[in-house]
Amino acid sequence: MNASRTRYVVGVDVGGTFTDVFLLDEAAGRVAVTKVPSTLDDQSRGFLEGIARHAALPEVATIIHGTTTGTNALLERKVARTGIITTRGFRDVLEMRRRDRPTTWGLWGRFEPVVPRDLRLEVDERTLADGTIRQPVDPEQVKAAAEALLAKGAEAVAICFINAHANPHNERVALDALREVWPNDFSEISSNILPEIREFERTSTTTLNACLQPLVGRYLHRLEDSLARQGFDGQVLIVQSNGGVMTVETARRLPVRTALSGPAAGVIASAHIAREAGFPDVITCDMGGTSFDVSLVTGGESTLAAQTEMAFGMTVRTPMIEMTTIGAGGGSIAQIDRGGLLQVGPDSAGSDPGPVCYGLGNTRPTVTDANVVLGRINAARPIGGKLDRLDVEAARAAIAEHVGRPLGLSDMEAAEAIIRVANSRMAGAIRLVSIERGHDPKRFSAMPFGGGAALHAGALIREVGLHGAVVPRYPGVNSALGCVIADMRHDFVQTVNRLLDDLSPADLRERFAELAAKGHDLLDRAGLRFERADTLHELDMSYLGQTHTVAVPLPLERGQMPTPDMIREAFERRYRASFGQPLEGIAMRVLNMRVSAIGRRPRFDLSLLAPDGGVEPAAARTGTRQVWFDGAFHDTPVFDRLALRVGAVIAGPAILEQPDTTIWIEPGQSGEVDRLGNLVITEAKDSPA
Amino acid sequence: MIDPVTLAVLKGRLEQIADEMDATLFRSAFNPIIAEAHDASHGIYHARTGDTLVQGKSGLPIFVGAMSFAVRAVIEKAGEDMAEGDVWIFNDPYAGGTHLSDFRLVMPCFHQGRLFCFLASVGHWHDVGGNVPGNYNPVATECFQEGMLIPPVRLFRAGELQQDVVDILRANSRLPGSLYGDLNGQINALGLGRQRLGSLLEEYGAETVGEALGELRARAARMMAANIAELPDGRWSAEDWLDNDGIEDVPLRIALDLTIEGDRMVLDFSRSAPACAGPVNIALSTTVASVYVALKHLFTEVPANGGVLDPIDIVVPEDSLLAVRAPKPVGGYTETILRIIDVVFQAMAGVAPERVNGCAYGTINALSLAGHRRDGSRWVMFSFFGGGHGGHPEGDGLNHGNAPISTATIPPAEILEAAYPVMFTQWALRPGSGGPGRNRGGLGAIYEIELLEEEADVFLFGERGRFPPPGVLGGKPAALDRFTWQDEDGEHSPPMASKMVGIRLAQGRRLRLETPGGGGFGPPFEREPERVLRDLALGYIDAEAALRDYGVAVRADGSLDRAKTRQLREAGQT
Repeated sequence: MNASRTRYVVGVDVGGTFTDVFLLDEAAGRVAVTKVPSTLDDQSRGFLEGIARHAALPEVATIIHGTTTGTNALLERKVARTGIITTRGFRDVLEMRRRDRPTTWGLWGRFEPVVPRDLRLEVDERTLADGTIRQPVDPEQVKAAAEALLAKGAEAVAICFINAHANPHNERVALDALREVWPNDFSEISSNILPEIREFERTSTTTLNACLQPLVGRYLHRLEDSLARQGFDGQVLIVQSNGGVMTVETARRLPVRTALSGPAAGVIASAHIAREAGFPDVITCDMGGTSFDVSLVTGGESTLAAQTEMAFGMTVRTPMIEMTTIGAGGGSIAQIDRGGLLQVGPDSAGSDPGPVCYGLGNTRPTVTDANVVLGRINAARPIGGKLDRLDVEAARAAIAEHVGRPLGLSDMEAAEAIIRVANSRMAGAIRLVSIERGHDPKRFSAMPFGGGAALHAGALIREVGLHGAVVPRYPGVNSALGCVIADMRHDFVQTVNRLLDDLSPADLRERFAELAAKGHDLLDRAGLRFERADTLHELDMSYLGQTHTVAVPLPLERGQMPTPDMIREAFERRYRASFGQPLEGIAMRVLNMRVSAIGRRPRFDLSLLAPDGGVEPAAARTGTRQVWFDGAFHDTPVFDRLALRVGAVIAGPAILEQPDTTIWIEPGQSGEVDRLGNLVITEAKDSPA
Repeated sequence: MIDPVTLAVLKGRLEQIADEMDATLFRSAFNPIIAEAHDASHGIYHARTGDTLVQGKSGLPIFVGAMSFAVRAVIEKAGEDMAEGDVWIFNDPYAGGTHLSDFRLVMPCFHQGRLFCFLASVGHWHDVGGNVPGNYNPVATECFQEGMLIPPVRLFRAGELQQDVVDILRANSRLPGSLYGDLNGQINALGLGRQRLGSLLEEYGAETVGEALGELRARAARMMAANIAELPDGRWSAEDWLDNDGIEDVPLRIALDLTIEGDRMVLDFSRSAPACAGPVNIALSTTVASVYVALKHLFTEVPANGGVLDPIDIVVPEDSLLAVRAPKPVGGYTETILRIIDVVFQAMAGVAPERVNGCAYGTINALSLAGHRRDGSRWVMFSFFGGGHGGHPEGDGLNHGNAPISTATIPPAEILEAAYPVMFTQWALRPGSGGPGRNRGGLGAIYEIELLEEEADVFLFGERGRFPPPGVLGGKPAALDRFTWQDEDGEHSPPMASKMVGIRLAQGRRLRLETPGGGGFGPPFEREPERVLRDLALGYIDAEAALRDYGVAVRADGSLDRAKTRQLREAGQT
């Protein structure tokens, strides 16, 4: 294999509508981006077509794949028939959840567990909370349960025993027995998937993993086969929900870790772009058809959440990029509620039929319709290339009927009101991840990506009091770019549940080292070149008596001995940041320990995306459009964004267009192209010269 | 007048302030009843009337209505004697409280020297003294046996903490550390709310924000009135029963006569039982709050604020079970308010069948186990347990849900086992417990606990041991609540069916709680036989129930006997 033959690194992000492909030609230092329609029955078809437009597969060294195969399967419940074998008396853990309901008001909730009750079987066995085995498991009972599940047509199986996090012995014995009769590899024990206390969360995560294994496994096999047939000789990596990548082998074993990988890659790209552009603190804003997703990046690092609910009662507990989602996308519907208040979302027209202006059958006005009517979106050149033009008059009529008339506003005032309420909801989501977490918004910039967010960034700066906004050069393919950038990352957790005073530092070091060794072993076996490998150590801690914990990162090198003082100090610092005053005289408890092993991949040089030359604003101006703001139409200049040179400054009001997004610079704000081609928007008085 | 767009924007901002106060307390609270069960609430209240203006979404629903009475109690006590930085604290159930476990903090907020509104926080503390750890004393005959009673007093005076008050509170709890942690959490939540509200007032001005608050309330009132106007005029009645008051084994009637006339609704509880000796009395404020919760479950689209009750008249005779005076005990208030919600659902079934559902399991089942570890330290495990929700127009009721008055989650068995010397031998759905119906009630649960250490004293405060959760519109009732324990003489159940104190459980012995499911919706004979068969396959019901309750005959191989089923159902119709 010689270097000139395999010169491409390819990021592929499969979304609901489009598959984005980002190719990096390492030898020539060039990049190419492509959008092709997604092929959701088999995501690899669209993906291969996208690559083929720019490169032959034998020339590709690495493909990094963000896939929604697992996510869609879970949301649509198209998963393998799966069984659960559990402790006598606990068959219904998955169905009983944590005794919740879907909505505060109204008692019409419904829930279908992913594994129905007749596929959940019990065996005699019991481990106590302290790890003592009270009753050993009988392998024959396990085999009988396995046979019964097979007879009912189960393809995958999860073994979830009570207190298995405290001692996995019974689960391991059971797995050995099960494997004697189970005809495939689709079997797993909860202490391997999530050795963490809380039986519902552990059972749910283990079960969802099991029921995805056959499906995701088959998809990955098919993908590797197709690639191999076309001469691909490199490596495929899969993006995880934590924003790191894993090998195909790991993905087959832990498919649940891809459950929310879609949005993760976009945040990874944003964090990298922000860091390189000199904005280590940003809030990423991804606006799609139905939702607005925000995520916090501080000091150039994205924030992780310990768990998420894919749907009511469908809990996945594995570290994932923390995302706050509200129903305020381009397709979100504006309506007057029974109390006479204007509401935007969460009802959505999505991308099909989509906004009224698409002319595909929806008659209720959306955020995109308001943007079109206000002149902010170019009706003659819709992004994405699906439609030839947008129907402004239909959008205006819908706004007049559903918003203007009921509120006694003119069409234009009503359109402006829709945008104002939508902006206010988006601002609320940004406040939630910033101000509510104790962060000063003045330190943060918004980073809009996806198709629609750059139209709202200017307003969000003002509403929340952000420092500014950084619009990446290619906001529409941010997620595919993120695939190319992502590091390899493996996360581990182990429940400890001891008082800090009762923990021996040597014991803690040893347990940390064990988890780290597992992680680094996976990194070593990946066969990739890393610039370096990092180990992160974290404890979930609380005061004795509290039930919620805070995540406490420890300043430890791999193998270093943690001291009680170091832990105490780190906990108090985090506690102060989260809740105010630490408490005196109450013992500290360590619930879980966490280790992440991170293989740092070579840094992607963002200057490859920067404008090559480019022109002054005057030369990049493509025309003038009537845009409505401050209660009137104004002649507003329109620019070709990608033509602008580094250092170009555009004063608002202005519209900047590019194939994958539209940027609206508000009056009083200005945008400057930075050295990497990002557009940095700030209030005009703050902007440099 | 405030423009509708600014109003929509301010609505979101104000709700976010209340939500953020909720979240702060949930994350930092010490006791699981707040941290996990979310038995707490925060909101913004009217400066003069104490009306609820805005309420956090994640707090306990019952507090939305109840907190306005708490704020009013402080207004009455303090009069003009109020300053920025003051915070009142109290738990007096007869002055706008609920039961003694719920401690309220009320803070006046001034803007440019004028009282603008109140912020308040309420949380259920783990132990506030009294005869029973955890304070659900089923045999209390005076509130003094239920815990300490604190009238509205200043916790902060012009920003300065009154340490004396904190010392008194701590000295009266079995778990002073937990109390102190929760108190601090509530103080922090109020501080945060004050700060956020301050910024909002700076940004928009007190006048605009004040107008928005008034308008939001008026809109909720208008929406509720419009909803009522769409319903037919007339009078509908329902009654339901509490097992007993824990002292005397006599059922207590909760009766409702509901009248609709134009856009107003009258809820008349006059035919309900008089005040009783035991702790299932409730104060008038609590009755009003319960009506609010019931209506909000039926009219989900109406915004959550005090305006909901404007078109509603509530009639409750003085000194009755539903408007009790001091010092009659109120510790078990949760059971009575659940029954109020149940009678509202049952009466409304006649008026608005498209809005109702079968009754939920209808009891909180406050179970407390307390003992001493070998090292002498005291432990108290106190928890509420779940049951089924009622069948509804869109489908079967939810299995193992939380009570309609709460949004609480249950602590995992593993967390309880790690914290207390107990082992769950069963944590499961309870087959057969859902009320039969075209749409079946959800299943209740079975929790069976074995004691691992020495001995423990057990207390149970439950209900629905004699009168099961009813179905609606032809739906059948769910299973009864059932509680048993073992000693050397074998298995026992409480003479009072659902309430019991002083059970001495020995090491290795078990207790077992079986909770009711939800009531059914619609006639069970109208349920598609295929759905009955599926229930049978999943073990939600047995073959006998299929035959008896649903008129569905199943052959030995599990397949449907169509002919016999048709025959049974036709016979059942006549």
